[in-house]
Amino acid sequence: MSNDIDIKVFRFDPENDKEPKYVDYKVPYVDGMVVLDAVRYVEEKIDPTISIRWNCKAGKCGSCSAEINGHPSLMCKTRVDEIGKNITVAPMAAFPLVKDLVTDISKNWEIARKIPLLTPREGLEKPWRINPKDVERSKEFKRCIECFLCMDVCHVVREHFTPYFGPRHIVKAASWDMHPLDGLDRSKMLNDEGGMGYCNITKCCTEVCPEHIKITDNAIIQEKERAVDRKYDPIAMVIKNRRKKEKVM
Amino acid sequence: MADEIKTVETDVLVIGAGGAGMRAAISVNDAGLKVVMVTKSLLGKAHTVMAEGGIAAALGNVDPQDNWTVHYGDIIEEGVYISDWRMAEFLGKEAPERVLELERYGALFDRTPDGRIMQRAFGAHTYRRLAHVGDRTGLELIKTLEDQVLHRDITFYDEMYITNLLTKDGKIIGAFGIKMTTGEFFVFKSKATVIATGGSGRVYKVTSNSWESTGDGIGMAYRAGVKLRDMEMIQFHPTGMVYPPGVKGLLVTEGVRGEGGILLNSKGERFMLKYSPQKKELDARDVVARANYKEITEGRGTEHGGVYLDITHKSPDYIKHKLPAMYQQFLEFAGVDITKEKMEVAPTVHYMMGGIEVEAETERTNIENLFAAGEVASGLHGANRLGGNSLADILVFGKRAGDAASNYARSASLTDVPKEFIDREISYVKGFFKEDAKNPYDLIDRLTSCMSDNVGIVRDADHLKKAIEIIDGLKNEFREVGTKGMIRYNHGLLGCLELSNMLISCEAITHCALMREESRGAHTRSDFPKKDKNWKKNIITYLGADGKMTYEVQPVDPMPKEYEQYVKPEVYE
Repeated sequence: MSNDIDIKVFRFDPENDKEPKYVDYKVPYVDGMVVLDAVRYVEEKIDPTISIRWNCKAGKCGSCSAEINGHPSLMCKTRVDEIGKNITVAPMAAFPLVKDLVTDISKNWEIARKIPLLTPREGLEKPWRINPKDVERSKEFKRCIECFLCMDVCHVVREHFTPYFGPRHIVKAASWDMHPLDGLDRSKMLNDEGGMGYCNITKCCTEVCPEHIKITDNAIIQEKERAVDRKYDPIAMVIKNRRKKEKVM
Repeated sequence: MADEIKTVETDVLVIGAGGAGMRAAISVNDAGLKVVMVTKSLLGKAHTVMAEGGIAAALGNVDPQDNWTVHYGDIIEEGVYISDWRMAEFLGKEAPERVLELERYGALFDRTPDGRIMQRAFGAHTYRRLAHVGDRTGLELIKTLEDQVLHRDITFYDEMYITNLLTKDGKIIGAFGIKMTTGEFFVFKSKATVIATGGSGRVYKVTSNSWESTGDGIGMAYRAGVKLRDMEMIQFHPTGMVYPPGVKGLLVTEGVRGEGGILLNSKGERFMLKYSPQKKELDARDVVARANYKEITEGRGTEHGGVYLDITHKSPDYIKHKLPAMYQQFLEFAGVDITKEKMEVAPTVHYMMGGIEVEAETERTNIENLFAAGEVASGLHGANRLGGNSLADILVFGKRAGDAASNYARSASLTDVPKEFIDREISYVKGFFKEDAKNPYDLIDRLTSCMSDNVGIVRDADHLKKAIEIIDGLKNEFREVGTKGMIRYNHGLLGCLELSNMLISCEAITHCALMREESRGAHTRSDFPKKDKNWKKNIITYLGADGKMTYEVQPVDPMPKEYEQYVKPEVYE
């Protein structure tokens, strides 16, 4: 590929502009460039007032989330040679807009505060011993870089006013629930307070995760099953109780 | 109309929210005091997140012979005898407990077969010492501390850019900031303040550092009269990506070599056998970086100006399990499958050993109520940092700084901020809004090129003098930089503010590099290729009474006799 790329960037300052608009910029193509390179070119060479958020430029910090050609993506990981030279960049729609491509993601901190941290079972000997195999399950969830693209793509979070915590936060809770030494079960609170029932497992979150976490299958469905086990399933309860008694004997 | 100013009062103000800042804030919270933490980026995005290989701590889980004295010896020897011995002692002794504490907070480390925390080999560590979470240890560390911050009574303001510390009667009375998302001005009033803002890696063109590592803490401290130390000591990591151009400089973890990766030149020679027959690829970073540099400059480099790093002799499953982030990084950014193909790598600016001079026990600066921890501080790493010691550093000294700031704040009181201080800051910020101003990014581009071209991995007087000339010219041009639009989330404005700090780091790095007429650790002078015993010293930099950058040379504080047994004696040619 050579020549320029045409990039349309969403511009809107809610405090001063009447309505949002897309502004066209021409940016020279460089081999291997990513969308963030193009947007930063605009910022550094054309218009320094454009508001963008980025930090590591290495796919590790999760700051530069945006909707690229309508697809929630990290700008730093989206290669131009994979999506073509006509590019449209818009901010995440699930969060309140600050300006241009920057959104206010602070509601995630409010939700995060509601999910109990690791609560080790009582009587564990220190320093802790953990079987290497037992680390693996929770490890998948700990890859999360909090880009919040899963929150952005989730139609429940995006379009409906529900108490649903959203995929990122179920992943967080699952990372503790599946920690080998944790003594809590967060599934009930995820269901009751966290509105997990609103998720109808369309798996959109899994598709956009830049860390390839199987959010729906490995976190949400697992937590839903646990919650159902506890709450509604009398047969499961009987089996569980019997198992408990057998252990005691 | 007068600007609306928001005022926030706190016992301890922590500036920076990477590992050191968050660990310091946790300490203040543990002490039962009010803490406010501010950060230039979003919570949880700080440069700590980029750390890959692990945390160095002499737990002795894999090699039971390891203990704090061996770790201590490694730090002093590889820091080429100009480290602060007390800081090395604290790190060696306290890192294990900080790692176990992190585990209790929820971090989930890789395990040994018998269930203890796994430790991997790393360059110039005598024993396998790095506790790790695959090659994403920094992410685990920062998310674990972030959880603590969110679940404790710790107030934080993210995307808050601090323009200056506020100084009165020789003490820090607070700081002035701009909330980027709203454009509001904030005055923070504090009894004690901790700076934990990280390094200045972005003053170089090719760097592994995040956007925010522009040395803001160095700049604000210097302007407040704080002493800096060993600013010439810049670590080049041996292995950064070289292709494609957009990711040039991006880190390739030392973990690749720790797991058995070897370096090859374009002739297929394993050249580290020549440069370091004993430690080979796992020698200290300065040794391996210079070897890579030499192979490249002498014409044995690869197509894109690097050398090869090869781990294909390990099984694909092993590589994907041990180095998942590297596998993904090369596949996604470069289209290279590291289980089948060699990586192309070259040295990249990675870390500042120099920074704010602190007292070892409390991390106090020469200002009695200002503390500094993490990469922004200096002393521990001397002339060369060992891999994994930075994550240990931020936890050990973040905690110590938080503890000491709390102790100070407990018996101190707040000071009113005079109105003229606030007016001065506001007019400084607003002064950048002007017509026909110079674009700060053009200047930053020239500054970073100047540093990479003239103050790089191998230095000499001619290039350093040339750099000083360029930096002086840019300091003059800085008066003309500016932006347009409004204060809120304006990268042009941030570029101006950051540039003022970058210029301070560059001036200090270059002058100190010119002064140190020897080669020691990361500082290599082609015109003074040998280590010189007269330079077993630290260079101190500060703002002189005449308004000029001033330098002093001071001898290294000698370690106690009984500690000498832990360290090989220093040898001079």
